[in-house]
Amino acid sequence: MKTLPKAAGLGFKPDHFAAIMAEPPALGFFEVHAENYMGAGGLPHAQLAAIRADHALSLHGVGLSIGGPGRLNADHLARLRRLCDRYQPESFSEHLAWSSHGTDYLNDLLPLPYTDETLALVCDHVDEAQAALGRRILIENPSTYVLFEQSVIPEVDFLYEIARRTGCGLLLDVNNVFVSCTNHRTDPRRWLADFPLHLVGEIHLGGHASEELPSGPFLIDSHDSEVADPVWTLFTEVIARTGPLPTLVEWDNDLPDWSTLRAEAARAQHILDQGEHHLARAS
Amino acid sequence: MPGLPDFPAHGTLTFAFDAALKGAPLPAGLTATDPAEAERRFAVYRNNVATSLIEALARRFPVIRRLVGAEFFAAMARIYAEDHRPTSPVLLEWGQSFPDFLAGFAPLKGYPYMADVARIEYARGLAFHSADAPPMDPVRLAGADPYALRLRLAPSVRVLHLGHPAVSIWLQNQPGTAPGTVAPAGAEIALILRDRAFNVPVRPVTGAEARMVEGLGRGETLGVAAEAAVAADPDHDPQPLLLYLIGSGAITDLQETE
Repeated sequence: MKTLPKAAGLGFKPDHFAAIMAEPPALGFFEVHAENYMGAGGLPHAQLAAIRADHALSLHGVGLSIGGPGRLNADHLARLRRLCDRYQPESFSEHLAWSSHGTDYLNDLLPLPYTDETLALVCDHVDEAQAALGRRILIENPSTYVLFEQSVIPEVDFLYEIARRTGCGLLLDVNNVFVSCTNHRTDPRRWLADFPLHLVGEIHLGGHASEELPSGPFLIDSHDSEVADPVWTLFTEVIARTGPLPTLVEWDNDLPDWSTLRAEAARAQHILDQGEHHLARAS
Repeated sequence: MPGLPDFPAHGTLTFAFDAALKGAPLPAGLTATDPAEAERRFAVYRNNVATSLIEALARRFPVIRRLVGAEFFAAMARIYAEDHRPTSPVLLEWGQSFPDFLAGFAPLKGYPYMADVARIEYARGLAFHSADAPPMDPVRLAGADPYALRLRLAPSVRVLHLGHPAVSIWLQNQPGTAPGTVAPAGAEIALILRDRAFNVPVRPVTGAEARMVEGLGRGETLGVAAEAAVAADPDHDPQPLLLYLIGSGAITDLQETE
């Protein structure tokens, strides 16, 4: 199976379809949320087919509830399978989070405690998803705002164990690392020093919002602005260690015009190019 | 999964978490670096869930939002979302019960047409996402005997019988239009389909036209469907409706029987 090019990519938004078709960009790949393409037909599929014809594609799920209790939703797995069959994406990824409770779908990526129990549960779900989709998937580290007293496993170890037990890859969201570590008053560099970078199949970068609490800054993963400077710095440090990796700039809300998005992707690509030179000099 | 235990502990936590999203106390064990801030931090999840669902409804029911105003819509959608949570991660299917919710929503008692406008908006969403079916080449209609001709309609085609002038209200509340005056009563019928450019127009049709589309949808021959429409209304002319369906690409195949 082909993999994503080790270059900068962007989320595909229907608002930008005409601009993309008028002048096809030299991007590494496009990424879409799988759940937005689960209608039977119509414009969304016509546009995605046109985008896919010219570009590598990453399918990013937000609704499988890998971190939830009980079995995965079999209907949803079947829908994901159909999408993978139809578009043959170079990558499929999901989140270390839960979003369904019973029959209710909550439409947000909710946090879970890191325990032996939840680790076994998540691994079981990743196994089930990889079997149903017939491919290796990537699991993304979350942005979190709260902690659980029940947690006994550090997040980095939890992610590593998922990958070790299931054979899945990891999606490293550098903005999520910065958001979570800032919120929990820990050091994102330490988090990244411990993280198994050799398992990373894709990187996400995105913007966040910031508030001030009595205890200090409180960051919210909002995907509605430029990538923040400290996140660019962390990303640059990661790429200096790994060399170029497929890197998505996420911008889902308060969508800017296409040229602004392209500028963000160009900034990521420049850092990837520097990383290549850096590695070449080191070897 | 065989060999694995149930996970009551995690199930209990997510149950309590979900209840807390609706206002119950925080689940046991949920904390923060400064535990005094746990409530404030948890509010981000409350807000994310509510806001994302309100936005999903607003995308689906833009005319209702325009009619009641953004603030009223958000407050109403928040109530709907808590009591009618999506049951699937595919949000484009969500909101089917919103029209009935509007019909029973006490603050809208003086606006009985709202539910019908919402029915149009929900049906448009279904038509927008319905299965693809390439339009038939109209040349194939030439010279055929209408009483031997069965037309297949695109999966997007829908006829809605509405108790209120909801088609007129919908048409007058599109982006860029100034709201006009609509007669406060009177039933209307909407013909909804997805056209060749993926637009989903709403066309007011007569009872006879609706009868004809419904007959074609049931597999009646063109001759029988048109005749039944004329029986319903002697002034009915099948031609404009047929041309509209063909022009929109909503006729996808034909069968000629002996």
